[in-house]
Amino acid sequence: MNELSTSLAIDPDLARRILTGFLRSETTRAGFARGVVGLSGGLDSALTCYLAAEALGPQNVLAVRLPHAGSSPDSLEDAAEVIRQTGVRDITYSIAEAAAPLLASIPAKDRIRRGNVLARLRMIVLYDQSADFRGLVIGTGNKTELLLGYTTLFGDSACALNPLGDLYKTQVRQMGAAMGVPARILAKPPSADLWPGQTDEGELGVTYADVDRLLYLLVDERRSPEACVEAGFKTAMVRKVIERIRRNQYKRLPPVVAKLSNRTLGYDFLYLRDWAN
Amino acid sequence: MKRFTLALAQMETRLGDPAANLDKHLQIIVRARRRGADLVVFPELSLTGYMLQDLASDVAIAANGDDPVFRRLLSASRNVDLVVSFVERDSRHRHFVSAAYLSGGALVHLHRKVYLPTYGLFQDSRFFDRGEDVRAFDTRFGRLGLLICEDFWHVSPPYLLWLDGAEVLLLISASPGRGLSDDGRLESARRVDNITQAYASLFTVYVAQTNRVGFEDGLCYWGGATVLGPDGQRLAQGPDLEEALVLADIDPERIRTARLALPLLRDEQPSLVYHGLARLLGEVSR
Repeated sequence: MNELSTSLAIDPDLARRILTGFLRSETTRAGFARGVVGLSGGLDSALTCYLAAEALGPQNVLAVRLPHAGSSPDSLEDAAEVIRQTGVRDITYSIAEAAAPLLASIPAKDRIRRGNVLARLRMIVLYDQSADFRGLVIGTGNKTELLLGYTTLFGDSACALNPLGDLYKTQVRQMGAAMGVPARILAKPPSADLWPGQTDEGELGVTYADVDRLLYLLVDERRSPEACVEAGFKTAMVRKVIERIRRNQYKRLPPVVAKLSNRTLGYDFLYLRDWAN
Repeated sequence: MKRFTLALAQMETRLGDPAANLDKHLQIIVRARRRGADLVVFPELSLTGYMLQDLASDVAIAANGDDPVFRRLLSASRNVDLVVSFVERDSRHRHFVSAAYLSGGALVHLHRKVYLPTYGLFQDSRFFDRGEDVRAFDTRFGRLGLLICEDFWHVSPPYLLWLDGAEVLLLISASPGRGLSDDGRLESARRVDNITQAYASLFTVYVAQTNRVGFEDGLCYWGGATVLGPDGQRLAQGPDLEEALVLADIDPERIRTARLALPLLRDEQPSLVYHGLARLLGEVSR
């Protein structure tokens, strides 16, 4: 296993140079100078905020805190610390009022549905703020989440640019530490904070340390499931993770267009986003 | 071979905008001239950007003076020799990833990328036809060789250029950075460095490699232009991840002494390769 942990180790300075360059280049090429980040008080959005502040200048970054009725007060305070340290502009917008009538018709026990509503309300506020601030929405999802589908479609996954999308959670933590993300944020268990006591690892049923090593083997190294079992992972876990990757492919793609013509979006109409930008 | 100064441009490009990229070429040429360059080498697809996909046919040009962009470059080559790269359209509407050596207002040599990577993130052969020839060419400085990116990941093109008399290998790339680890450089940068160093050492030739920088969507081109001497020594090294103009002097004396010390060219037996290939290809066809 030692060999595997080594593979996940990154040079945070190099990643920082590339990711700040990416944010600067792709924001300006699209004709913008500013970015908007939904700041939850967790590690991913904190690191994204540090990167955006460095890339675009803190005055060009708007951090949006989006608490709801069940949010942990610590989250707001941790987000405030990131805002203080980075010097970005900020706004706090409670989604509690907008959520209430929607949540009223969803049974309390249906946490997933309720969580998705909150995530999508946040998306609405972020995109509205992005219009007002004239900045692009910068996403905060990491590679672990994207592969496992641990996101809400059109909710937290909605963004213009996704700087952390090729870093596993373990690597995000390594980079966060190198960039000065507050120790309290680095230390607390990752959580979507959609209901009290929720943690990512509790919901996923695995630790990030384990699943990141497994994902690295399966995805980056293209090892077979059998090789992963030989490397020490439980067969059931390997099967479950592969199944999650497969089942969530839809979340990583634009909606599927049914092909009728000779030239169809997504199949044979192929241009980068940077087309002549 | 005469002594001359070579400049490697590691530049950002604008995807699918030859007019903007042409302006940038002309600015870089002026700067390189001021610094004493006799030859300026631009990276792969310097006039168009790399990940063109369906833009490839829109930005294709003919490699002759009838094309307004190419004409400007031909004209710029009256003062300084140039290597520029673009999507070339031939008279039969085929598209190639090409690089042209221009000098004295004329096209001296045209190389069409032979090996089109189509794996991983690469899609070259979906959009381009492949070149079918690798040959060295004479310039006012001496005999040179020119390859594009994947061409030099295969050992045969540099080997053929060596046997064909090239004393300087000009290797141009648009290499997307990949393979982040705890090493200070990306894996793609380290591997290209290993390869180019091997060619300089094994062939006792100068190797000048340049790669573009900047982003195309999420792809980050890493730069790292390098000039290696015929003794394998690093003579110039551009920075990673930023624009730069990297200059180095090419000194024929250095080639002579390198080959005296290590007579790999003298002792090379092309006939061994020839007979070996004949046997292998014969076996394949049987």
